Amino acid sequence: MHEFSLCEGIIDTVTTQARQQGFSRVRRVWLEIGELANVELDALRFAFEIVRQDTAAAAAELDIITLPGRAHCLDCGQSVAVSQHFDPCPVCGSYQWRLLSGTELRIKELEVD
Amino acid sequence: MCVTCGCGVDEAGIHDHSHSHEHGPSHVHGPGIAPHSHAPSGRLIAIEQDILAKNAGFAAENRQLFALRGVFALNLVSSPGSGKTTLLGKTVQALGDEFPVAVIGGDQQTAHDAERIRAAGAPAVQINTGKGCHLDAHGVGHALDQLPLPEGGILFIENVGNLVCPADFDLGEAHKVVVLSVTEGEDKPLKYANMFAAADLMLLNKIDLLPYVDFDVAQCLDYARRVNPALQILQLSARTGEGMTIWLDWLRQGQQTALAQQAVRLEAELAAVRARLRTAG
Repeated sequence: MHEFSLCEGIIDTVTTQARQQGFSRVRRVWLEIGELANVELDALRFAFEIVRQDTAAAAAELDIITLPGRAHCLDCGQSVAVSQHFDPCPVCGSYQWRLLSGTELRIKELEVD
Repeated sequence: MCVTCGCGVDEAGIHDHSHSHEHGPSHVHGPGIAPHSHAPSGRLIAIEQDILAKNAGFAAENRQLFALRGVFALNLVSSPGSGKTTLLGKTVQALGDEFPVAVIGGDQQTAHDAERIRAAGAPAVQINTGKGCHLDAHGVGHALDQLPLPEGGILFIENVGNLVCPADFDLGEAHKVVVLSVTEGEDKPLKYANMFAAADLMLLNKIDLLPYVDFDVAQCLDYARRVNPALQILQLSARTGEGMTIWLDWLRQGQQTALAQQAVRLEAELAAVRARLRTAG
């Protein structure tokens, strides 16, 4: 349940931004989460509902944008789509690939009043 | 999933929008739920910040401290019961006379592990995470205040026994070392792929028990390398000592590398000071 810690990080950023940018209420939080990120989205949503209480984001909705996994295959040299750490290369079947993106855990944008 | 009402608009979770904030037209749900639009009406503020940015900041501070003082820091992760504390006890006994060694242990409750490490001859401090499921870089920074920093030696950070959550939290370590024991399933590298992908070294522990358990070593190593082709793997038994020599040599090499990097940095610093001396003279 490190999703609670992640939500504390989100609320921390929201609170700092509220102070710096002068807003009091967040309507929506957009997150970008990579397909291979170590996070359970249902747990993240559940944790967010608890951690957001008594903050500027108390009524904020969470909008999660999933970013696809991309890898460079060391055997066939192709740039390929992967969705699990143990996926074979979809072109040549090799497991020898290096992940290029897909583990993002990012706060992209806020919609505020 | 649509967060307005929890419906499965994008069941796969993939929202492939370039984000002009036209969240598509209003859509109709089943009976009883009004159609609604996701077009925003408030002010939009771009953030583009990592959720773990705060932890990353503390981890960078820890890492800088380790670099300044020539500390080779390792983050040991595993399931509960893999034998981390026994392994650390034996490791501390073997290396304690060669260079400074210290241990930070994370557990939800009790100081038992720290007591075992101190009994083995190294300074140790226990972080009780309470309900927390992982150590974070901030907590490790505070633990360092209560511990003599093993300058020129090795700091072992024994994480909470958990193969999920600690994968995400950088503590400032040089490497994550994942410990797996042969009393567990050989498919753990697939089941907990994020952790095995995050680690640089895997220790397969309790190999003295192989005759008594149905554990397919070759299959396990194959799974681990599928998840992380660059993963180094050592097999050992902390209890009997089998395979410990290679682990200890791996540690000595890391400690020497950390020292060599410290020497390079100090030489550069010294050269800069001498250059200023000449300029002043």
